[in-house]
Formats: sequence, structure tokens, C-alpha cells
Amino acid sequence: MNNVRNKKRASKSLPFFFKEEFKVFFIIVLVSTFLLISTFTFDTVPPILNRGIQPATFPKGLLVLIITLTSVIYYLSLKKPWKKEKKLPKTFFLTILSFIFFILISKTLDFFLAISVLSIFVSYNWGEKRIFYLFLVGIIFPFIVFVFFEMVLGLRFPPGIITNLYYY
Amino acid sequence: MMAPLFSSKLLLVLLFGTLFGLVLGVLPGLGPTTGGALILPFTMTLDPLSAIVLLTSIYCAGTYGGAITAVLINTPGTPAAAATCLDGYPLAQKGEAGRALGMATVSSTVGGIFSVVILVFFAPILAKLAYEFGQPEYFALAIFGLTMLASIGEGSPIKNLIAGAFGILISTIGKDFMTSIDRFTYGINELSVGIGFIPVVVGLFAISEMLTQSTLLHQVFKRVALKAVKLPTKDDYKKTWKTILRSSGIGSFIGVLPAEGGTVASLIGYSEAKRFSKNQEEFGKGSIEGIAGAEAANNAATGGAMVPTLALGIPGSATTAVILTGLIIHGVRPGPDLFREQPDFLYGIFGAMLIANILFFIFGFFGAKLFARITLVPNKILWPMIFAVSVCGTYSLSQSILDVWIMLFFGVLGFFMRRYGFSVVPVIIGLILGELVEGTLRQSLVIFDGNWLMFLTRPIALTFFILSLIALAFPLLRSKKNKKVL
Repeated sequence: MNNVRNKKRASKSLPFFFKEEFKVFFIIVLVSTFLLISTFTFDTVPPILNRGIQPATFPKGLLVLIITLTSVIYYLSLKKPWKKEKKLPKTFFLTILSFIFFILISKTLDFFLAISVLSIFVSYNWGEKRIFYLFLVGIIFPFIVFVFFEMVLGLRFPPGIITNLYYY
Repeated sequence: MMAPLFSSKLLLVLLFGTLFGLVLGVLPGLGPTTGGALILPFTMTLDPLSAIVLLTSIYCAGTYGGAITAVLINTPGTPAAAATCLDGYPLAQKGEAGRALGMATVSSTVGGIFSVVILVFFAPILAKLAYEFGQPEYFALAIFGLTMLASIGEGSPIKNLIAGAFGILISTIGKDFMTSIDRFTYGINELSVGIGFIPVVVGLFAISEMLTQSTLLHQVFKRVALKAVKLPTKDDYKKTWKTILRSSGIGSFIGVLPAEGGTVASLIGYSEAKRFSKNQEEFGKGSIEGIAGAEAANNAATGGAMVPTLALGIPGSATTAVILTGLIIHGVRPGPDLFREQPDFLYGIFGAMLIANILFFIFGFFGAKLFARITLVPNKILWPMIFAVSVCGTYSLSQSILDVWIMLFFGVLGFFMRRYGFSVVPVIIGLILGELVEGTLRQSLVIFDGNWLMFLTRPIALTFFILSLIALAFPLLRSKKNKKVL
């Protein structure tokens, strides 16, 4: 009972900037404000050539609308707080980490290798420990997909240490 | 109507599309939208009719496929099958999984065929009306579509509006189509052509779902045993025929409105079935009427959603947004001229939807047990494979590695949007309508010499603006009635 009371007290006393509603509001407004400011750097059409509105006017209007509506949902969340979400598990962060590896490897080494590494990394972290299945997911399947896309669509994948061997 | 379909190639495409759609529908997290987006690059190897037939058959069969998992493992294969879980699973738990799936199959087929009839009759009428539309009318119509999306879409209307506005904002990235001035490109040359539709769709649907699955690894599905799918009995038909017809009408109507098509239709179909039922106490405990109400409505929404897509070029759902992209990629411009210039093409699509509904009935009836086994593929193997296909599919359209990174970015964004109650469907609709909204607004202002009030002098545009205001006021009134915060 005491624990429940303490938890309730703790969540009530949480400063507003730690609450999820505020974080969402803050991020949307921050990004929108940055984009809004950047619209002022767009080139403008000289008045003599201008037909209708300037190219920056429409995105400006949209950004103002987004900021206004976000403020409204934040105001409403003060009356009725959002449902508290569960903490994200370790596997989620490992999956995000695999995306970063994917970008780094595809940029520096090889596109095929990046897909293989991500597939094995994700599959392993999600609980697959059997070598055959890791091999299937990380090597055999991506290879089939690669060959299929190349043959059916005549696609040329970006050069890299393994892809070059294939094309050679 | 069916003549163009009597070629072995098209029948093969239809067969493949229906089977592929069923597989997509059965797998929770995937669905016709993601599947359609992933298969879009392959449609480049087909002629336009085959390509659209493939996409529409995936749409019809995928919508039905969701019911199989809803009944057997209490997890909707697609969001449109969420209402089917409410009675499908309890009935299956009573040892009547075959009866539940039989009713889902029959009502889905009836709903789907009903909506094709609506499509055949109403799309040409709407297309004729569209001849009266100029730039201001199209602008007002697009605004009406977006407000409807906010109003009757799932979740908070304000969050839906924000998501829709965000989708339109994405469409402004790149060179301005009237002046060629760069917007939001930040010196990245590849962004000058704008952000493609496929990276955004695959990211928001497939990659964000992969992230969602990474948080649900400990979830254990309990599968109910299924011996065989049973056709409904005479008594079942007596109980449900009115519900099936009503839900077919509701689904077709909701489908025409730009929203989350099948999802909203099935929820309304289900609640109306309950309202009119003499056995309301059975709902939630395995009511056969509940299954019929939800399934007839979600499949009826497929034909309904194709009406504005083909007649006006305005998608009625996220999957029809993918179909619309397919049409544009193949050089087919939806709208009134399509009905005048290429009737064979259109009737080919109508016929294909009709046959797809019959095919999924046959496959569903005889193969549901087999399709249910697909759910046994563990996530730790399935999702890395889906990732490989997503990456190659996204890369293939413009052979750009930037597109793959954009897909990953939207995947992460989509995950957090869903986590905090923002639906991703309005982003897709906003993205596809963005150019239409901005283009028609700016061209209207040129026609009106910059006078915004001139919009009010056009009766059709004014009607759409009034309807938009009503659509926006509707959730407000509803929340006041229910004393609920938006």
C-alpha cells in the first residue's frame, strides 16, 4: 500500500519537463521551429515574376499549423495525461544500434555485408542461437534476394568489397 | 468487363496476388500496404493492367487474410481485422474455429463483391461529376479528405491532423514545382527531386513494425486448433444475412471517405451489428453476428476506397495510396479522363477485384489451415528477412542509398509516432495529397488574383469547405457528448 502511495506521489511530483507529453511537445516544436526558420532562407521569386504565393509561404503555413496543433494537444494533456508507456527493452535499443551499423557498413564497406551483419545481429539478439538459421537469415536469404532483384529488375547494387567480387 | 482478364498471364498474376495477399494478411504486422509497397518495384516488369491487378488482388486478399490470425491466435493479421478478434477468438476457443472462419470467409466475400458492384456503378458517376471540378474544387476536396481523415480516423483527431500536415510538409521537400526553388534540401543534391513515396511507406509500416516486434519478443501466441473451415449453416445465414448486407453498405460508404478504410469500417460494422442484434449479450463471447459484421465491413471498404482513387486520384486508404502510386509509376493518370479514354483498363481492374474476392474465398475455405501455419515462423527469422527485402525494394526504385537511409529514419519515426498515439496513415495520405493540395491552392490563387475570398464564390468548393468544418466539429461534439478529452 505504502509502495503504491509512494509511486503515485513520485509521479505527481515529477517535474513537467520529464513527462512524456512535454518531451513530445518539445521535440515537435523544436524541429518545427528549426524548419520554420530555415524557410526564411529559401530563395524568393522577384515580384514581377511571382504568380500567386512565394515558394516558402505554403511550408510556413504548415509549420505554424503543426506548432499550433501540438500546443493544443499539450494543453489538453495537462487536463488528461497520456497513458504511461512501458520502458523500452534492451532488444529495441540493440535493433536501433544495428541500424547504425547498417548505415556505417553500407557507406564504408559493402551494401550486401551491411544487410548480412544486420540480419545476423538482429536475429541473434532476438534469441536465435542456432548457426544454421543465422546462416540462412544472414547469408543465404540476402543472397537470394540480391540475385533475384538483379536478375528480375536488372538492378545494379552499389560497389563494395563483396558486391565487386560478385560483379567480377 | 472480364474480357481483358481472360489471358493466362493475367490469371496467373491474379492467382499470385491473391496468395501473396493472404500470406501478408495472415502475418501480424505485415499487411496489404507494406506488401504492396514492397512489390511495387517488381510491377515495373509488368504491363500497367497486370501491375494494378496484382496490387488490387493483394489488397482484397490481404484484408481478408487478417481474419485467419484474428480467429486462431487472437491477434489481428491486419488492423482491419481487430474487431474480428472480439468474437472470432472466443468462438474458436469454444471449439468452433471452423465455423468462425467459415463465417469470416463468407461475409468477407459478400462484402468484397458488394463493394465491387458499388465501385462499378459509382466510380463512373463520380468521375463525371469531377468534370465540373477546377483547381479550387480539387483544393477544397483534398482539404475535405484530410479533415475526414482526422475526424473518423483511428485515435485523436488533432494528432491525425498533425500527422496529415506533416505528410504534406514532406511533399514540399525538393524543388518547388512552379519556380524550381529548392526547399528543405540543405545542399543535398539527391533531395532536390523530393522524398520518394516508397521509402516513407516501407519505413513507416515495415521498419517501424520491426521495431515494435523487438519490444514484444516475450509475447507468446496461443493457437487454437483448426480441423477444417466449415460453411455457415442455414441457421447462421438466417441470423446474419441482414448484418452482412448492412455492414457491406457501411464498409463501402466508409471506404469511399479518405480514412483508414477497413479498420474504421470494421469497427463501425461491428458496433452496428451489436446495436441491431437481438442477442446483444452474445457479443464478445463468440457471436457469429459480430464476426459477420466486422468482416463484411472491412472487405467492403476495399471497393469503396477504390472509388475516389480511380475517379478523382484521391486515395481512400493507405493501400489505395500505394495503388495510386503504382498507377502513376505506370503512366496512368487517375481521374475522369481515365474513364473516357481507357474503359478496358478500368473494367479489367473491376473484374480482377471481383475474381480476387472469389479466389480468396476458395483459398480461405480450403487453405486457412495451411495459411495459419505461416504464423509459426518465428519473428527472429521472419523480420531480418523482411528487412533484407525492404532494403533491396527501397533501393531498387531509384537506385539510391539515400532512399534506404530515409526508410530507416521513417522507420524509427514511425515507431515513436505509434508509441505516442499518432497514426502513420495520415502521413501517407498527406504525402500523396501534398502536391495536389499545394498545386491547386497556388494555381487557384493565380486564377483569383490572390484573393482568398474568391474560394467562397465557387459552390462546389464552398460545399466541400462546409463539409470540412462539419468533419472537424464532429469529434468535438462527440467528445463533449462522451465528456472525453480529444
